[in-house]
Parts: sequence; C-alpha cells; structure tokens
Amino acid sequence: MELQARKLFDRSLTGVSIMAILLMSLSLLVLLGPIFSRGAGAFVFRATNEFRRLNLEQFNRGDAQAIAEETRAVSEARKPVYEMLSAFEAELADMDASRRRELRPQLKEIKNLLRELLGSLPGEIEAVMLRQQYGQTRWDRARYKLGQILFREQWDYSDKRSMGKKVLTPRRQDFAGTRLEPLFTYLERNLKQLLRPRLTFYWRFLTDRSLDSHFFGGIWPEILGTFYLTLGAMLLAIPFGIIAAIYLSEFASSGRVTSLLRVCISTLAGVPSIVFGLFGLAFFINTLHLSRSKSVLAGSATLALLILPTIIRASEEALKAVPHTYKEAALSLGASPLRMVLTVLLPAALPGILTGIIISMGRAAGETAPIIFTAAVSVGQPLKLWETLSQPTPALPWNIYNLATEHQAVDEIRHVQFGMVLTLVLLVLLLNLAAILIRARVSKKMRG
Amino acid sequence: MIQSIPATTRTAPASAEVREAHVACQDFSFYYGDNHAVKNVTLDFSSFQVTAIIGPSGCGKSTLLRAINRMNDLIPGSRTTGKLIFDNQEIYGPRLDVVTLRRRIGMVFQKPNPFPKSIFNNIAYGRRLHDHQGKNELLATVETSLQRAGLWEEVKDRLEDNALSLSGGQQQRLCIARALAVDPEVLLMDEPTSALDPRATARIEDLIAELRGRYTIIIVTHNMQQAARVSDHTAFLYEGELIEYGVTARMFTKPREKRTEDYMTGRFG
Repeated sequence: MELQARKLFDRSLTGVSIMAILLMSLSLLVLLGPIFSRGAGAFVFRATNEFRRLNLEQFNRGDAQAIAEETRAVSEARKPVYEMLSAFEAELADMDASRRRELRPQLKEIKNLLRELLGSLPGEIEAVMLRQQYGQTRWDRARYKLGQILFREQWDYSDKRSMGKKVLTPRRQDFAGTRLEPLFTYLERNLKQLLRPRLTFYWRFLTDRSLDSHFFGGIWPEILGTFYLTLGAMLLAIPFGIIAAIYLSEFASSGRVTSLLRVCISTLAGVPSIVFGLFGLAFFINTLHLSRSKSVLAGSATLALLILPTIIRASEEALKAVPHTYKEAALSLGASPLRMVLTVLLPAALPGILTGIIISMGRAAGETAPIIFTAAVSVGQPLKLWETLSQPTPALPWNIYNLATEHQAVDEIRHVQFGMVLTLVLLVLLLNLAAILIRARVSKKMRG
Repeated sequence: MIQSIPATTRTAPASAEVREAHVACQDFSFYYGDNHAVKNVTLDFSSFQVTAIIGPSGCGKSTLLRAINRMNDLIPGSRTTGKLIFDNQEIYGPRLDVVTLRRRIGMVFQKPNPFPKSIFNNIAYGRRLHDHQGKNELLATVETSLQRAGLWEEVKDRLEDNALSLSGGQQQRLCIARALAVDPEVLLMDEPTSALDPRATARIEDLIAELRGRYTIIIVTHNMQQAARVSDHTAFLYEGELIEYGVTARMFTKPREKRTEDYMTGRFG
C-alpha cells in the first residue's frame, strides 16, 4: 500500500514537471509569436509606389526609369481624384451658407486624409517634412487610410450606462448629391492602381538611417548606438570585472573587509536599473563632466557599472571551479602567483568567464533605464567613433519605448517599432547562441 | 631519544657539475592553527639518494614533505618553528625567494595533474617561467625531460596532443618530466603512485631508480613494499614525531623501535 502511494506520488511529480515545462514553452511561444510575425512585417511587406519613389529620391536606389514610368501611370490614375476635388471646391463656393459650413470642415478632413494616403496634393507648396511629401509606403497602412476616408468615425454617448459606442458613418452619405460623391467609390475600386502595391523584401530596414523620425523605417542609428553602448560597457566592465574576480578568488584574505566587499557586490546586482541611470547622470555627467550632456561614453560607463556584478560573480565562480591541482602544479614549478593566474588559472576558467561576459553583453544591449538619463535620444544620426565621447545616440531598447509612447504618430510607425523589437530580440538571442558555441568550443579544447 | 643520522654515503651526481642539494630539518615543527602536525623533527636527507617517509594516515608525512618546497603556504593559519634547511638557507627564512626555491625543489603530486594544454606546453611551462629559450632549445629540453621520465618514445609523435588524453600512468610520468624540465636538485614525491594501477606503479618505481643519483628524491608513500623497493633510507613518522630513521634495508629487517616494528608488521596503521 505504501509502495503504491509512493509510486503515485512519483508519477504525479513527473506530471507536474511536464506541465510546468509545457506551460513555459507555451508562454514563450505566445511571447515570441507576435514578436516574430509582426516584426517580420518591417522587413517583408507590400510596398507601394510611394515607397519606391522615396527610395529613388532619398537614397538614389532602384530602377529610375521603371519607377518614373510607374509614377506616371499612378499619376494618371490619381488625376480623376484631384479633378473631383477641384470640381467640388468650385461647387462648394456656390452652395448656401449653412450647407457650406457643414461640408467645409469635412472637406478639409478628406483633403488631409488624401494627403496622408497619396502625398501632397497637386498645386500645393512642397512640404518640408518627408511624411507630407510622400503618401503611404505600405499597403496595409494604405488600406487603413482608405477606411478612414470612406467612413467617418463618431462616438455615441446617448447610453449613459456604457462608455460610448463607436459609430461609423459612410462619408458618401454626407456628400450625397455633390460632385464629390463618386470619389469614394473611385478610391475603393482603384486603390491598387493609385498605389501599385508589390511584395518587397526591405532588408535595408536595418542599414538605413531613419528619415523623418522613423516614419519610413531605417534603424541603423539605433543599431549602431546599441553596438557602441554595449561595446563601451564591455570594454570598461571586462577588465575591472576580471581583475576584481581574480583578487576576490585568489588574493583577498578571508577577512571582514572581503566579506563586506562581497555583500556590496551582491547588493549592487540587486539595485534597480533606473537607479543606475540616475547615478550615471549625477556622477558621470554632473560630477565628473565626462561630457557636456548625455553621451555614449556616459551611457557605457553606467551600463558597465550595471553589469559589473554579473561579470565579477561569473568570473569568480569560474576561477574557483578550476581544480586546485592545476594551481599547485604551477606553483610547484616556481610560478609566481600572478604568473600562475595568467598562465593556468585564467585559461582554464575561460569558458565560464566567457559565458558570464556574453550573458551580461545581452543584458547591456537590452537595458533601457540606465541609458534614458545618460545616453539615449529619440532621433539621431549614426555616430562616428570619436563622436561617441561627446554625443548622445538613439538605441534600440530606448527607441522601442519611445516609439510606443512618445512618438507623435504612434499608430503610423507601429511597424518600425516591431521591427526594432525583432532586431533586438534576435541580437540578444544571437549573443546567447554565440555564448553557448564559444563555451562548447573552448571547453572542448580544454578537455582535449 | 630521536636520533638523527647524518647522510652516510653520498653518491656523486651523474652530471659534471657538483650541486648542493642538501635538505635537513633541525627541530622542525609545523602547526595548522592549534594542530601540531609535525613535532620537532630533526633529520638529514641524504643527497642524491632516495629517502622514503612512511607512516599511518595523518602522521604528518605529507605536511613535512610539502613544507620543504613551501606548498603549505597556501593554507591560512599555518606556522613553523625550528629550522628547515636547503643549500645552507633557511626555507622559512625571511630572505628566501619562494619562486627560486620551488624551481630548485620540484614536486610530483598524489594525483596526476597535467595542465589542460598540449604535452609540449606542459613540459615547456616551467622552462618558460624562468628563462627565454629559443624554439629549438626548448624542444631539446622537452625531449631530454621526456626521455628522463621514460615517456619520450610513447609521445614523441604527438607532442601537440592535449596532455589529458594520456593514460593515468603516462600523465604521472608527464608530471615527473614537467618537474625535471626546470632542472631541479630535489624531487619531492607525494604518494606518486596511489592513483595508479600496478603496472603503471612499477613503471614509476623503475623511473625513480633511474633518477636516483641525479636528484635528491624524497618520497612519501603508504605502501611499505614500495618504500622497501625504491628507497635508500626510510623515515618512520607517527603522530607527527619522527620515530626512527635509517638505512632502508636495516629498518625493514631489524627495526630498533617497537612502534616501527608494529607498523611494519601491520599491527596498526
């Protein structure tokens, strides 16, 4: 009986573990699914004629002749739209005052929407900002804009018990009987001819500079900024971290000061990252004046502080795990302690140290809070190497947050945001993969 | 009561230069904190001969051995009294350079402990610490050391292989070769065969016999037959005290002390 109960207990334990693993994989899938599927949308999408025109005019990219031909065809298709608009404007002038008051704001709205869909209207002054010069570059966004043109969105608050209901009214009704009425049917039927969507693989999303605050994608400054920040943090943290670990594991006497030091390191590892950010601002910028304002240098230094405990801990563990016999052998041959550390201990501990380094590299690449106060700006140019000493930079983690919350047209640039998320996730995954591979390779070399 | 017998016979070293490789204890004690591990030992090790230190577990024989090249320095809270002499210098004296001492007194450990490096780099390690030899010179040193350790024939075609790919017995001979490469005068061996099978053990014992006369060898062993086979002199330690020291042949046939006889006949230990 007791044996039966024990077997049952064992089996239920196995069941619980399997459930836990399944649940974890499921949540991972739920998390990664949208990141990959929506992130891929930044790279592969149906691009319109506006996209190809933008690439040609801004980056001098693409088959100029083919694009010019396409643009001519598109303009031809758009002509009726603009004709209807001007015809209606003429009609509007002859209308009676009350009808005019009713329709004029609606016309303004439609013209705005048309500008967003197709770019600036003919006869207008050339807009300064790129987003006003070009229409929708992505077919999915164009379809959404079309919906806004076709239907007027209203909120019905008559039912006091609910929060209000969204009511969509076809604008065709508003303009019934006018010369603008056919516009809506025309747009709906001919949107493809107006924009010519074509499936495009836009890998240059990664390497383009961002035009007009991310409206058109291009995240090279962010990638480069993340790279500089991470590299700087590693350059600062690795030497300090390894030296500290060597000191702690080999040379520090086991006294009160050493244990206090260890407690400090553990505490440092638990400090919220935003506090590191504030500290970086107060110390590196306001006290040490590393730079006049935010800079990559100050951000790297702050990130270095953040990952220092991880590197120290991982390296110390790796050094301690080296068999005592290696040390004895080296010392018995007349190696000084420092020589022993450099020639025997460090090489043998290398796999563990590398793992720690690469894991903290992933952390440094993905941290947002420490760079808000010390390094990150929303929009910027790709920096030259020497500019990192004094200039701030955009960076992937901060810009993801920025695009989601502070951008003036959050809805318009959602695809860029997801592209950044995917890029960052892939970057961190790649780093971790590299960690595993390097570790495997180095420890294989150690084992012979 | 404890008799010190000075080195009786001294074999001349095989090499042309005469080296002073004299190790001696004078009223030497070693403490781990409060634990008096080696008690007032006075003993003269015979130069260029093999001396075995035997005794039951925990009798302080390894501690005494590791005091000679100061490997006990790694243990916190240890201290010594009395004198330990090597080449007319006090080993625990304030002016002694540990690095030079360890270069002149090599050590082979209980478990084979080659570095996770190539065979060549293992042997060359010590040499590289002390001088900068050219590639060819270094290769000659490696070959000589491996030949002296009787390993050259087995590994000459695979010097770049990882040392950890060798068998246990080969690894231990590699460790001996590694110690020989820095050209020491004294070789300390801390139960060098306890982790090896009988064949590998026999090979190491043959090797010790070959090295005799060139190096002063001090070997700690659990195995009394081994002590009888390889050593010229034997010291018997019990609870940190030196009970008896003498020529091996005599010790094993006519021990003077009752405790030595009891230990050797297996009544305790």
